[in-house]
Amino acid sequence: MTIPAAVFDSLIATLEAESPIAFDGLRIDCDGETYRLETPERERTGLDEDDLEAALESVVDYVTNWHYWQEAVGGTGTARRAFLRWCERAPRAAEMDTDETSATSDDPLEVPARYDALREGVDREWGQLCLTTRLVDDTDAADSAGERVYDLWHVDDADTDLADLEVYDDPRDARELSTNDDDGRYRPLKTAPTLVSGWAFTGLSGSELVETIGFFYPATIANWHRELQGTLDVDHWLETAERQTGIYDVIDELPREAVEWLTEACCVDSQCLRRREWQYEDGDEIAVDGGDGQFPCREPCSLVVAAARKWTVLESEDERTYELELTPSELHQLEELIDAVADGRTDEIREADVYDGANRYRARYLRAKRFDDDGTLEARERHDD
Amino acid sequence: MQALVVAAHGSHLNPNASDPTYAHADTVRETGAFDEVREAFWKEEPHFRDVIRTLESESVFVVPLFISEGYFTEQVIPRELRLEEWDPEQWDSDGTTASQVTLEAEDVDKTIHYCGPVGTHDAMTDVIVQRAENVTDDPDVGEGVGLAVVGHGTERNENSAKAVEYHADRIREQGRFDAVEALFMDEEPEVDDVTDYFETDDIVVVPLFIADGYHTQEDIPEDMGLTEDYRLGWDVPAAVDGHRVWYAGAVGTEDLMADVVLERAADAGADIGGALESDTGRRADT
Repeated sequence: MTIPAAVFDSLIATLEAESPIAFDGLRIDCDGETYRLETPERERTGLDEDDLEAALESVVDYVTNWHYWQEAVGGTGTARRAFLRWCERAPRAAEMDTDETSATSDDPLEVPARYDALREGVDREWGQLCLTTRLVDDTDAADSAGERVYDLWHVDDADTDLADLEVYDDPRDARELSTNDDDGRYRPLKTAPTLVSGWAFTGLSGSELVETIGFFYPATIANWHRELQGTLDVDHWLETAERQTGIYDVIDELPREAVEWLTEACCVDSQCLRRREWQYEDGDEIAVDGGDGQFPCREPCSLVVAAARKWTVLESEDERTYELELTPSELHQLEELIDAVADGRTDEIREADVYDGANRYRARYLRAKRFDDDGTLEARERHDD
Repeated sequence: MQALVVAAHGSHLNPNASDPTYAHADTVRETGAFDEVREAFWKEEPHFRDVIRTLESESVFVVPLFISEGYFTEQVIPRELRLEEWDPEQWDSDGTTASQVTLEAEDVDKTIHYCGPVGTHDAMTDVIVQRAENVTDDPDVGEGVGLAVVGHGTERNENSAKAVEYHADRIREQGRFDAVEALFMDEEPEVDDVTDYFETDDIVVVPLFIADGYHTQEDIPEDMGLTEDYRLGWDVPAAVDGHRVWYAGAVGTEDLMADVVLERAADAGADIGGALESDTGRRADT
């Protein structure tokens, strides 16, 4: 296979500006008119420019790989580049030194294995998104040498035929797709695990892929990249709460134990795909599991802050003791009702399933029996003194 | 590289609150004037807190899609963006004259040009007039017509009223409309009595709000007597006390708003080339 002239020209120009090229296992040194070519598989020395061009034909994947990352992606040090490398399981730190491979990169692929995988398509998951990186087939065209394209769809559609999906190519379409859930309800939290399926983005460029994910899951790539570099700036609960002003000024008064309940209510995997990294404060960890998400949550989000305001007000009330009459089954039914709402399964309870305490008829019966004429539960406050 | 961030309020409850933000950001995207364009929100994502780090550009222009200088532009946005050394005094504003301040943010190595809100920019005056033209479907609207610019009022801060009065004064000076009044929801002169303030048969009412929502789609139409119940809708124009009232809805949804965003950034030193829609002679409604 020959090296496209444009790729070779750009390689020579790069060597003239800065020798050696050392990238993903490819190393080319230039000493005046003489070149040395090295890959993990072979080494050639004493090459003139024509020899080099001929020798490169035996390592064409290494060359087009270099060309793609050098010319099409660029952006050394950016989150975009790091993310696109993660997408195809490229070694993380291999860009600076061919001998260095990162211990933290999960099962990285060197160029020959990676190119084999890219011809089939390399799959990754990002929240509820499935991303596939693949090589463009047309390797004859100089400007597509080594070019990758990216496909994106819902993990639930991984086995669905493309013909059955609505296909998009403009990253901005992701905004509309991520606005409502399957029931048509607004999703104010983009990382809630309620993304609708049934769509696909195909043939995106790397920049378009990053932009599209930026609309589905804003800022997740940037914060993932910071975490990868060890520079994620976590703001714990108390820092975030104390920073608030206006109507949210009160939330730093939320009791310590209530922050546990808050995170259990809002921040677990069933509610949000971000992995909570913030704690109550530095050195005071929240016991609730932060989740297993691919990307980190670096501070309480605006939904948590808004909900915390409500809970701060509610928690300012003193507890009292009430007396009310319930059968054991009715007490159990109250638990079932709370569970059904908390787990969001009220829609799933069948119309005639009167065996489920959260069934609508069961709830209406309990209301008819236990509520007074004012529509409130018949409970008496108990005063021990 | 230079980036534009359109900073808006957003909503946890109403999915349409961010529509104008997206629309104007898209218009700016299509001009190609910026290498990167981002929407950022207080109540949606990306949050103000995280938006700057999503950019590769070293120079970032932040334009608040807010009507007036106040709590959000002076406290919330600068704090959440982590703007170092920020002090509202740096705007040296009398309440409507904030232009921009160049600052750095704590969490990124970038230059942040923090701009005044769109609502107080001089170009906003043109958007209000454009809004009047569109609602009446008359590019020459003015003669024999009264214009009411409606604001929230002083409930939260006095600059809110100042912005409304500022544009009303500027339009009045143009002499285009028979009369121009600044009216408010929660202070005198009140929008409830809109017909008392005009002698003309036709009155155009333009609310100086960023997005359509509770105030512009429920409160104001009912308060003015356009309709008994907002859910039933209203006519444009609607007959009220012998006048014809042309109610325009939030000015922030006007396409020409993208120009105000661009002008804010240009005033702060952004190179926007020939991106302004009003410069090219194309109109927003064509």
